[in-house]
Amino acid sequence: MTGEMFISIIIGTIFVNNFILSRFLGLCPFIGVSKQSGPALSMGLAVTFVTTTASLITWVIYDLVLVRFHLEYLRTLSFILVIAFFVQFVDIVMQKKMPSLHKMLGIYLALITTNCAVFGVTVLNIDMFYPRGKPMAGGLGMAVLQGLGAGIGFTLAMVLMSGIRERLEYAEVPKCFKDIPITFIIASLMSLAFLGFCGFSV
Amino acid sequence: MRITGELVKGLWRENPTFRMMLGLCPTLAVSTSVVNGLGMGISATFVLVGSSAMVSMVRNVVPEKVRIPCFIVIIATFVTIVELMMKAYTPLLSRSLGIYVPLIVVNCVVLGRAEAFASKKGVWRSVLDALGMGMGFTWALCVISAIREVAGNGTIFGYPVGVSFSPPLFMILAPGALLTIGLLIGLINHLSLREDGRR
Repeated sequence: MTGEMFISIIIGTIFVNNFILSRFLGLCPFIGVSKQSGPALSMGLAVTFVTTTASLITWVIYDLVLVRFHLEYLRTLSFILVIAFFVQFVDIVMQKKMPSLHKMLGIYLALITTNCAVFGVTVLNIDMFYPRGKPMAGGLGMAVLQGLGAGIGFTLAMVLMSGIRERLEYAEVPKCFKDIPITFIIASLMSLAFLGFCGFSV
Repeated sequence: MRITGELVKGLWRENPTFRMMLGLCPTLAVSTSVVNGLGMGISATFVLVGSSAMVSMVRNVVPEKVRIPCFIVIIATFVTIVELMMKAYTPLLSRSLGIYVPLIVVNCVVLGRAEAFASKKGVWRSVLDALGMGMGFTWALCVISAIREVAGNGTIFGYPVGVSFSPPLFMILAPGALLTIGLLIGLINHLSLREDGRR
């Protein structure tokens, strides 16, 4: 993997194809947990950790187990199970070994299993870097990088949104637009701003 | 009467998209044209009905503690069926829906209904509930995608609407989806606030 590839994947997943604002993956926490910037940042960090490691694990399983035994059609089933087990495992280990970190991230970890961003990035990795049953050169590295970029992009959008929503508490919003509808409209404007990155070609 | 109530509540009163804000990721991502929206709605309905029936059948056998993983496996099975069928019979649709077909697995509507309804009620009522929720999800998707297709592309079901104007591209892109759903939820809140005021 060249440095050029490295930069294009990172910039691509964080800005150009931001997971929340242009792929709509992980919208539920984006709307639900973005009221204050503290929890939003914790959620973002937890997601980043899980997307990165899940990319690694699912790639290895797909490469070593599913493709070898011609079980590609079990991709959906096996990936979601692996992610669910992995999140549970991290939760338990963290509780024992790093209780302070667990206190900060704990409740968000449980929510991550059904976070579309995590499952989405693992499926995207296979679709993009594993075309026609053959891995691209350096595919594993690219997959992990894409997982990392997806997580950072998610964190970025979460933190930006929570900052705006904290200020929004003082604004007078029409009653029927309070809370969720106005959040969507702000997200739309943010997404419009992120469209500006579309011209980027690295 | 009560049986039809199970079917009807998903259409408006407990509409998964507009009232409960469930399953938003696929709603926004695939609603660029009515055909995509309809395809997604029907596949999600199939998964919902199948998994609800199955969950309801095994609800007394599965131990409390491992129920969520069991439900996920059941749902993933039905999603795989849809995925393979779609690839075989409607390859074009499968290509335009892309990764959002496997993503039905993490669609909160499906797991939500399995956990909140099918794991507690009988098979027939769960099927009706799932069918109602699926139809509610489908019509919501169709409304959103119709608005976006007409405004952003000047067509509906792929046919031109007749009036010629230069469509704003952004309605087809991501911001248009977020704007449409924000305004629609605002409108629905407004309607129900007015309804409550009149009562």
